[in-house]
Amino acid sequence: MLNKTERQKEQILRSSGVNPLKCMRCGKCSGTCPSYDEMEYHPHQFVYMVETGDIETLMKSDSIYKCLSCFACVDRCPRGVEPAKLVEAVRLMAIRQKDANHLTPNDIPALLDDETPQQLLMSAMRKYSK
Amino acid sequence: MKVSYFPGCTLRTKAKDLDFYARKCAEILGVELCEIENWQCCGAAFVSAKDEVASKLSSVRALAAARDAEQPLVTVCSACHNVIKQTNHAMQTDAEFAAKANLYMSQDKEPTEAYNGETTVYHYLELLRDVVGFDKLKEAVKNPLTGKKIAAYYGCMLLRPGKVLGFDDPENPTIIENFIRALGAEPVIYSYRNECCGSYAVLEDAEAAKKKSNKVSENAADNGAEMIVTACPLCKYNLEKSGSSIPVVYFTELLATALGVKEDTDAE
Repeated sequence: MLNKTERQKEQILRSSGVNPLKCMRCGKCSGTCPSYDEMEYHPHQFVYMVETGDIETLMKSDSIYKCLSCFACVDRCPRGVEPAKLVEAVRLMAIRQKDANHLTPNDIPALLDDETPQQLLMSAMRKYSK
Repeated sequence: MKVSYFPGCTLRTKAKDLDFYARKCAEILGVELCEIENWQCCGAAFVSAKDEVASKLSSVRALAAARDAEQPLVTVCSACHNVIKQTNHAMQTDAEFAAKANLYMSQDKEPTEAYNGETTVYHYLELLRDVVGFDKLKEAVKNPLTGKKIAAYYGCMLLRPGKVLGFDDPENPTIIENFIRALGAEPVIYSYRNECCGSYAVLEDAEAAKKKSNKVSENAADNGAEMIVTACPLCKYNLEKSGSSIPVVYFTELLATALGVKEDTDAE
């Protein structure tokens, strides 16, 4: 039987389709990440921490909400590791827990201005809530 | 020629100009945009997880509708383009995902035949490049934008993931620059043209988004641009909210000005 850490890792790998063992630790993903400054754990650390099974730490970190899904790390990784897909899988594992949505419809009215495009609300809800 | 058209949520509300001029210009260029009946919002952001299925069904339904109409599917919003193309790719390459999606779809009130990625998806700019042709577009220009220096802002969603979208070279794109040239203006090349504007982070951290948007608009202005052109309502919102010193317009507005169906792009 797999223990909890192993189960979490397996779920992340299956959901993301990523193989972290391809990573050669060059750091290009973090070097090109537009949210680097806002992140506690950076894209290259996501890859390493998933590989070692330290997923609980990532799930509790705000870093999972800082990724913009810009896919710069995906396209620029020389090894095709696709770190953003790991961030997405970890974020889903976090928000899919009971009452764990990062953003709820009740939060929205206070965040609106006259120009807010629907696209912004849709993408935020898609990324921050299940 | 007739194509299936997916306008998307924002083109019906905050980005009406993006939609209105897309339709008007298509008419002039001999393309009939047939709006898909009862289309549903694409969700605006693709969730890359393979086990996220239900939220991608709106895209699958639009793709299946275009397949049934035997037409390519055209989007104007860069987010719709991104989500629908990535969903199409998943339907083509991930058999497990496609089986699950088709199982959901079979429960629809009026189910269509199983969909397996048959539809060709074009962004409107690709339609101009690959179907209409930039040379033909150039011939249709009535008011060339001579002397205007315009910065193409690609952002993320037109380009990445490059291998899936097949829109252009994600690191050295040329499509919008060639579009600008066809309209008689001069494209401005600048390094931040394919970097992120801050996207949905603006909702909870406006300062972080502003930092990213400012880099883009300042970089464009520093390279001599008078105007930034985009296909993305969220990029436009972020650049304007962060105080871009130069105007940000939709590519369809620019197109409409050049084709003589809109008076002045600067007036926006």
